[in-house]
Amino acid sequence: MTVPPTAAAPVLALRGISKRFGAVQALTDIELEVPAGQVVALVGDNGAGKSTLVKSVAGVNQPDDGVIEWQGRPVAIHRPQDAQHLGIATVYQDLALCDNLDVVGNLFLGREIRRFGVLDEVEMEKRSRELLSTLSIRIPSVRIPIASLSGGQRQTVAIARSLIGEPKVVILDEPTAALGVEQTAQVLDLVERLRDRGLGVILISHNMADVMAVADQVAVLRLGRNNGVFDRRSTTQEQIISAITGATDNAVTRRKARGTEGNE
Amino acid sequence: MSSDHNTPGDDGFHRADLPEDSMSRDGVNAPVPVAAEATPVVDPRLIVREQGVAGYLGEFRRRIGSGELGSLPVVLALIVIWAVFGSLNSSFLSAQNLSNLSQQIVGTGMIAIGVVFVLLLGEIDLSVGSVSGLCAAIFAVLNVTHGVNQWVALISALVGGALVGLIQGLFFAKVGVPAFVVTLAGNLAWNGVMLQILGANGTVNLSGNDIVSRLYSTIYGQQIAAYGLAAVGVLLYLGSMLYDANRRRRAGVPYRPPVDIAVRTVLLAVVSFVVAYTLNQYKGLPLALLVFLIFIVVLDFVLRRTTYGRRIFALGGNIEGARRAGINVSWTRISVFMICSTMAAVGGLFLAAQIQSASQTSGGGNLLMNSIAAAVIGGTSLFGGRGKTWSALLGALVIGSIQSGMNIQGLSNAIQFIVTGAVLLAAVVIDSLSRRTQLAAGRA
Repeated sequence: MTVPPTAAAPVLALRGISKRFGAVQALTDIELEVPAGQVVALVGDNGAGKSTLVKSVAGVNQPDDGVIEWQGRPVAIHRPQDAQHLGIATVYQDLALCDNLDVVGNLFLGREIRRFGVLDEVEMEKRSRELLSTLSIRIPSVRIPIASLSGGQRQTVAIARSLIGEPKVVILDEPTAALGVEQTAQVLDLVERLRDRGLGVILISHNMADVMAVADQVAVLRLGRNNGVFDRRSTTQEQIISAITGATDNAVTRRKARGTEGNE
Repeated sequence: MSSDHNTPGDDGFHRADLPEDSMSRDGVNAPVPVAAEATPVVDPRLIVREQGVAGYLGEFRRRIGSGELGSLPVVLALIVIWAVFGSLNSSFLSAQNLSNLSQQIVGTGMIAIGVVFVLLLGEIDLSVGSVSGLCAAIFAVLNVTHGVNQWVALISALVGGALVGLIQGLFFAKVGVPAFVVTLAGNLAWNGVMLQILGANGTVNLSGNDIVSRLYSTIYGQQIAAYGLAAVGVLLYLGSMLYDANRRRRAGVPYRPPVDIAVRTVLLAVVSFVVAYTLNQYKGLPLALLVFLIFIVVLDFVLRRTTYGRRIFALGGNIEGARRAGINVSWTRISVFMICSTMAAVGGLFLAAQIQSASQTSGGGNLLMNSIAAAVIGGTSLFGGRGKTWSALLGALVIGSIQSGMNIQGLSNAIQFIVTGAVLLAAVVIDSLSRRTQLAAGRA
């Protein structure tokens, strides 16, 4: 096992995922398990393969090799819609919200509720209010256009939107990258609420403080390979950082490892 | 950290008792502030709207200040134009001239409705003039020269328009040629096709009692027609508002207060009955105007109340966002170009009926500019994502009024072109400035 045993069975598991772009081996034999009700932070330096891995899961591009298991069954994810149908929701860094539509319009974009073939604005507004309030998201009105919201509010709307389709796994790509202190805290609160609702969360972040604040497990990628999966409670930030930067992966440590464990 | 005990949802149910103007009728993108009491303890910097008249005035000032001009500039322009021409020559505001105007704007206005759709995507269709001429030629040649059944000829002309849109849409959406180039090429090519169809003769006169001519020239002389239409329109509006408010109240979401509904209904009633009275002072209700209004109302419904319309707005706002939301971007684009070309065909038929012929000059001249200008002057943004079909009516009225007024004054075409060009430029300037102000105010 590459992952510490957990109480919950993984809802999403990646087995030996590899991806090659031309001359670049972007991912090599990646293993990742996302249990329900846990936040798995995916960390690594630029070019470590985080985005490529997430895109394979979200259906944006296809892995060359390896298996994606969904609730124990191998599945093929060819298009973003396939991932959505399975119950994998992705919130990209650029949010992909329509500035000219209001909050309700954005939340239900592509999944509009209809009544006699006509948009049921009342039902959508009601559900939007319910969803936003269960997530404790504070927005002046669900009828104002996205353009007039702050960066943090947009981020929370984008995350709330991913929940409309009742997903089981939510992937958040750098959700706090552009946010201030207060707004970051609000988004982290939201991540914890997703976990409390029993969702599996993959959190991509460069911010160690965020990772240590909300993650249950920390999966480190380095140069397209797994470089350890850590339980957050029993790991220090230094250990994770050294895994990210490769401070634990050099000639000295490898020689030491060979010396203590014999040939591998 | 946010505190959980103070969620907006906790008072969501109390809020239901407080009417607030949270449902916008001005399009999906119209922002609406909430009533003071209705707002949970949120960011104190948020704009909160007061109730009553003070609330309306404050809201009005705030909207103007942040660049959400909507239909205000065009309504003001219309009042100024009518005042100027009315003072120069009393016959401009006569019932006869205004009735004729209501028929003359239909051709350009129909084309402008299609242009509104394309503009909502943030694209442009420069072929609408040629396409309108082409489809008029298809109808005239089939019906008059070949004696084909008038309905078959009519359907053929409309299908021809849709096919043009399909071809241009495919090149734009599937091949990836900029819409500007595709439709500019189309402008020339479809004009050529029209000349080919018209043949050596060049001009085909309509018989005068065919369906297209009758659509244009029929006027319902009974007093009840115009008044009845006004009454039905006002009642339908009032009914839909009350129904919507009632559903919202029962669902526990903010709804429009009765005073608000009453004010709006009275305003609409005044305008409708004044128009009906004016029409009745002359010959009565023109069928062309009725058809134009039906097209506007139906397509307005499509834009604001259907999934399809929501997709068009989404594409105008964020193409990548729309794609990721699972919207079929290519098909939506193609279908919008088909709607635009079909509306160009409809407009072309009305224009042909107006001059009782399809000729080599059909769809030429300043028709293309006037149609696009009408959509933009009416308040539809060139930048995509903002607009409504009613822009076509308002814009066509402005352009039609200028032309009519100048004709009455006996001014030359040269002056007309200069003034219409200046008005179009003014409209685009207002659009650009309001967009800049909106960006500054965080509204775009």
